[in-house]
Amino acid sequence: MHLSPDEIIFWQYGFIKLNVTIVTTWGLMGVLVIAAKLLTRERSTVLERSRWQNLLEIIVTGINQQISEVGLQQPQKYLGFLGSLFLFIATASLFTIVPGYDPPTGSLSTTTALAICVFVAVPLFGIQDQGLAGYLKEYLKPTVIMLPFNIISELSRTLALAVRLFGNMMSGTMIIAILLTITPFIFPIALSVLGLLTGMVQAYIFSILAAVYIAAATRARQPAPE
Amino acid sequence: MLIDWFTVAAQVVNFLILVWLLKRFLYRPILNAIDAREQRIAAALADAEAKKIEAEQERTTFSQKNQSLDQERAALMSQATAEANTERLRLLDEARQESTNLRARLQESLNIEQRSLNEALARRVLDEVLAIARKALGDLAETTLEERMVEVFLRRLPALDRQAKETLAKALKTQSDPALVRSAFALSNEQCRAIQTAVNETFSAEIPLRFEIVPALISGIELTTNGQKLAWSIADYLGSLENAINDLPKTQSEPETRQGADV
Repeated sequence: MHLSPDEIIFWQYGFIKLNVTIVTTWGLMGVLVIAAKLLTRERSTVLERSRWQNLLEIIVTGINQQISEVGLQQPQKYLGFLGSLFLFIATASLFTIVPGYDPPTGSLSTTTALAICVFVAVPLFGIQDQGLAGYLKEYLKPTVIMLPFNIISELSRTLALAVRLFGNMMSGTMIIAILLTITPFIFPIALSVLGLLTGMVQAYIFSILAAVYIAAATRARQPAPE
Repeated sequence: MLIDWFTVAAQVVNFLILVWLLKRFLYRPILNAIDAREQRIAAALADAEAKKIEAEQERTTFSQKNQSLDQERAALMSQATAEANTERLRLLDEARQESTNLRARLQESLNIEQRSLNEALARRVLDEVLAIARKALGDLAETTLEERMVEVFLRRLPALDRQAKETLAKALKTQSDPALVRSAFALSNEQCRAIQTAVNETFSAEIPLRFEIVPALISGIELTTNGQKLAWSIADYLGSLENAINDLPKTQSEPETRQGADV
């Protein structure tokens, strides 16, 4: 019984180790990239196109639309980062239907890594958008007194991102594992389906929160929507 | 410890690689394909719009042409109708004129026919009347009438006007042959003598006479010499009557012709 897939280590050399989390992540990356490569290989620019291309277009334009709905005016600029977040977390959750699979998002290391990425990306996008001074001024708003609270908020929301995703994914896996020992029939399947739903919701929440943070960092220059 | 910092670092790198890979193999191709399709659709829409505008222009042009054609046709129709009416009136006038002419000609020919019929009838009547008159007078003519004729002749001879008398006298004098006295019946010797005496007295000369009987005179007597003739006979009267009747249609036809032209 493992609390985290980090604990299963295939190979280790000093502090360098190859655990299930990393290997599963590579597997998911491979699946995503190969699927994208295969499905966009025969892409069509005319009205008639394959159903797989249609699916990919729906996914990509759907993500794009969600980003723009959050308030980011140039969604394609953030599509790479936010879309990859969503697709990675969603794929990791989707594969929970495979028996014996441990989602990498069930590891606090992975969710921390993703949260750190968001933590770094938000100021980067903010600085790119409004300049270093403009971005830093955001921490002084509405007053200078708010500076420590703003910094705490920045850190705490990163922590919240990491722990929320980890907790949800890990708990899902844990519950299924516990249920398998108690009632090996029916219930694990129902819980697995529920876990799938939770995973998808978490992928959506994680990506949307990241988008909201980025939007908050870049909004200064944007006029408030009427 | 739930967080393995090497794994964290590795996952950060993994995630960044995944972002790059997905950008390279998923988002860019898909977005490019969508952009290209949108451009094609926009181009198709623009093309359709251009074609629509062109079609609209074509339609306007066609409509104008149609309208002008309609107007032209209406103008031609009205012109043709007016011309046809004019032609109809002209033809009607012509036909009326023609019919008037034909009627006039018919009337004229009818008149001519009637006139010739009248003339033939008149001729026939005249012939019949003359024949009856001749026959009647011929039947009535006898010696007594002849005697009366001779008396009248004898009475008229001296009553001749001067010019006639001179002309006749000249003719009688230049005549070598005896003057010819013709009558319908044979004259008695007394009558012959009375005539000889009257002639001699009238012309104051001895005029030789030769008596001849000509039944065609019906009744009467005539003196002929050297182209001059002094006569009083029923045949002469009937001849005068015939001439007068023959002249009658000519004098009547002139007013009739004028009347026919007025119709």
